[in-house]
Amino acid sequence: MTLTTPDFPRRAAPSESRPVLTVENLTVVYEVEHPVTAVRNVSLTLARGEILGLAGESGCGKTTLAYAINRLHKPPARIVDGGVVAFHDKDGTELNLLTLADEELRVFRWDKLSMVFQGAMNALNPVTNVRAQLEDVLITHRPEMTKAVRRELAASVLELVGVDRTRLKSYAHELSGGMRQRVMIAMALLLEPQVMIMDEPTTALDVVVQREILREIVRLRDELAFAVIFITHDLPLLLEISDRIAIMLEGEIVELDTATNIYNSPRHPYTKKLLGSFPSLTGERGSFIRSGVSDDRASDTRTDHS
Amino acid sequence: MNYFFRKLGFYAVALWAALTLNFMIPRLLPGNPVDILLAKLAQRGGIVSADTRHAYELLLGGNSNEPLIAQYWNYLVNVAHGNLGVSVSYFPAQVSDVISSSLPWTIALVGMATILSTILGVGLGAIVGWKPGTWLDSLVPATTLLAAVPYFWLALILVYVLATTLRLFPGQGGYDVVLDPGWSWEFISSAIKYGFLPALTIVIASIGGWLLGMRNMMVSTLSEDYILTAQAKGLRNTKILRSYAARNAMLPSIAGFAISLGFVVSGSIVTEQVFSYPGIGSKLLSAVTNNDYALMQGIFLYITLAVLGANLIVDIFYGLIDPRTRARS
Amino acid sequence: MTDLTPTTEPSIGDAPDLLSAAVSDAGFKPRSAWRALLPTLTPWLAAGLGLVGVIALFGIIGPFFVQDPTIIRNIGLTAPSGEHILGTTQTGQDVFAQLAYATRGSLEIGLLVGVLATTLSSFFGILGAYIGGFADEAFSLFSNVFLVIPGLPLVIVISGFVPRAQRGLWTIAVVLAITGWAASSRVLRAQTLSIRNRDYVSAARVTGEGPLRVIGVEILPNLLPVLASQLVFAVISAILAEAGLAFLGLGASNSSTLGTMLFYAQNGFALPLGAWWWFIPPGLIIALFGTGLSLINFSIDEIINPRLKNARLYRKRRMAALRNAS
Repeated sequence: MTLTTPDFPRRAAPSESRPVLTVENLTVVYEVEHPVTAVRNVSLTLARGEILGLAGESGCGKTTLAYAINRLHKPPARIVDGGVVAFHDKDGTELNLLTLADEELRVFRWDKLSMVFQGAMNALNPVTNVRAQLEDVLITHRPEMTKAVRRELAASVLELVGVDRTRLKSYAHELSGGMRQRVMIAMALLLEPQVMIMDEPTTALDVVVQREILREIVRLRDELAFAVIFITHDLPLLLEISDRIAIMLEGEIVELDTATNIYNSPRHPYTKKLLGSFPSLTGERGSFIRSGVSDDRASDTRTDHS
Repeated sequence: MNYFFRKLGFYAVALWAALTLNFMIPRLLPGNPVDILLAKLAQRGGIVSADTRHAYELLLGGNSNEPLIAQYWNYLVNVAHGNLGVSVSYFPAQVSDVISSSLPWTIALVGMATILSTILGVGLGAIVGWKPGTWLDSLVPATTLLAAVPYFWLALILVYVLATTLRLFPGQGGYDVVLDPGWSWEFISSAIKYGFLPALTIVIASIGGWLLGMRNMMVSTLSEDYILTAQAKGLRNTKILRSYAARNAMLPSIAGFAISLGFVVSGSIVTEQVFSYPGIGSKLLSAVTNNDYALMQGIFLYITLAVLGANLIVDIFYGLIDPRTRARS
Repeated sequence: MTDLTPTTEPSIGDAPDLLSAAVSDAGFKPRSAWRALLPTLTPWLAAGLGLVGVIALFGIIGPFFVQDPTIIRNIGLTAPSGEHILGTTQTGQDVFAQLAYATRGSLEIGLLVGVLATTLSSFFGILGAYIGGFADEAFSLFSNVFLVIPGLPLVIVISGFVPRAQRGLWTIAVVLAITGWAASSRVLRAQTLSIRNRDYVSAARVTGEGPLRVIGVEILPNLLPVLASQLVFAVISAILAEAGLAFLGLGASNSSTLGTMLFYAQNGFALPLGAWWWFIPPGLIIALFGTGLSLINFSIDEIINPRLKNARLYRKRRMAALRNAS
């Protein structure tokens, strides 16, 4: 991704409307032999219809955070008491996802908040076809829907992401990487959720396909007005599509600001280091390697948590 | 499609291998089986003509001057016609008749026991594997104990406790001998009563393997990404267990069916001996005792046919439920 | 029917492994690779080792301490008493003494067949998978055919054709090994194929290491847990197969094993006469030994499939946390 000055028109972050998701003091610990705090006291708000980027390197806790919000984390991960994940439904209800009962959580999932996982290689059931996996969402969450309506909805949501409806009969192994990811996105859109969490949805794809998928995502967001938490290590990509960006380092959010501000005036040293780590398509050849933020200064940013 | 043809081809090769083994074994091992057989035949009042000798030499080899290839070919032709010779221990019955009268008993016993233990084992294994780390996990070592128990020892103890001491079930035989075999309800219910203990033995001894295998596969499968997706989709736990977890987890168990069927068949031979059950296994053993080589060969052939057939069916079934196999070949 | 195919994509179930790598970066000393290869000592593993150890000891040194099992007395079938711990057979022979010798016999043949069968399955499974191509196809077809042809009937037929006088220990051992190696070779082949395709093996081959060295240094150490597990399986099934064979009267003619003991017990009408002391111990020893081996295999499973270990560790830690909290 190239770093060009973002001077094209951009939708202002919708700061006036009530946020759709609020995270307060969320801490997640991995209970292994020497317990590791993967997410440390994270707080953030997600405005309705906004694209919030979550950037950071591997192992900084972004995926753990995403899973924890939806309570999808598995042992040995454990959410420490005292955190709040509040969902503000557009019809006015407020839910604390961390204290929701199992059955209520099940009803909530996908209907209000859906996810697109990293590497849809394995995210689709290998032994059932695409139609079955799209329809079981509808059967579970919209039981009153008739079979014909279900079929039609499954087909039209596929076409919405640019996949031909004849692919309903296909199995996961018969689809290319890009197509699988589109199917995942289609699946995530089925119930018209208010929040979509996307965990590195395009990392495993080549850049041309990646651009197409990103265009779909932004277009759909503009059409259907859902909020997105977009998780990736690719900061320039976020600068392109996000309204606000959160930078994560070792389990903490070290900077959270609009995309323009992050690009123009980054405050935290790690943010600066991250920005300086991407080669540019313009400028003198070789200058990226030789210049840029030096490593000694950046390593001072890592505090000792032992 | 390719997959199914490959499977058919494989089983054809296996059948050929079994036939060849059947042909070679009496010829490779020391001793002259034909002489022994004919001596036994004479004892029972059979007529030993040149034809009889020739017929047996076809099956078992001997000092004939025919080249091996010709013998092999004639043997195969005979088998294709269903001509497996005359049984010595059940003289003058044909081998194929002896087999066809006892084969249904074994198929009924083994078939039902296998189906029962598979369903129970896979089902319980799925449930135990769903929540690893609960009390259900302690069931697993108990089933390992059961899997290590010798079939026949367990059978005899069951006989001792349930049949001899408590007189709940009959300890010998396939049905009440005063009844006439036939499709009457009386006969069938008697057959079920007599078949209960042998079937129970087989089920108890083989359920452990299914359970353990399925449980381990479930634990693996549950950490796959598509299970996470299913949970994120807010599907009900029963739906996830059934359509996402178990359907994937049971695939290796089905693929491993061949091995388990082998064990069940072996165990059933011994179980039939213990319970004097009139199946093909006990006939095999009495054939060995009586040096009835022709019957031994014939029974081995039929057992192999049955096992290969069952495996072929299961393999085809596997090809139907796992869409990836059809793509791979 | 353990799942022995490791997956290579990371998922949240792997997180502890990735995290312990991160932990060691942070300065804590990680467990050495060899330590990680050994199973953790759980109560089940301890029980398994205990059972196997006690029975093996009984079989190895027991015969030196017991009475002569072949002495015939005319006291007939007697219940356990001070003089005969497990009573006597119908010919007045001491059951306990017979049990010791029979255990030794079973262990011998179990180990012999186990090693033979595992050697065969290693050859056909590992070598074939490593060479690949036609050799792999041929070996694989060969082992699949052997797998699908029913074992015990084949053993019975072969034994049936061999005259009784020539049915010695080695004959029986060879026959059992030949009919029993196929299942393991499939498992070993699958595992070798998966290891062979890993990056470190490709790296070794590219740098010009000879095939024997690649197998010996890169592949075999990673196959060790699976090999160990298959050897254990082979020993268990060998003991059970031999017992069944002996019980049917087709065992080795010159040896005494737990199976032959059961054969004599059955023919001596032990159970109908109520002589449980003659009939129950041999079968019980087989069952307990087999259980012990299975429990050990259980723990080896945890090495091969770390998720089983994670599930157990998490439960342990959660219980500890609950206890500390209250």
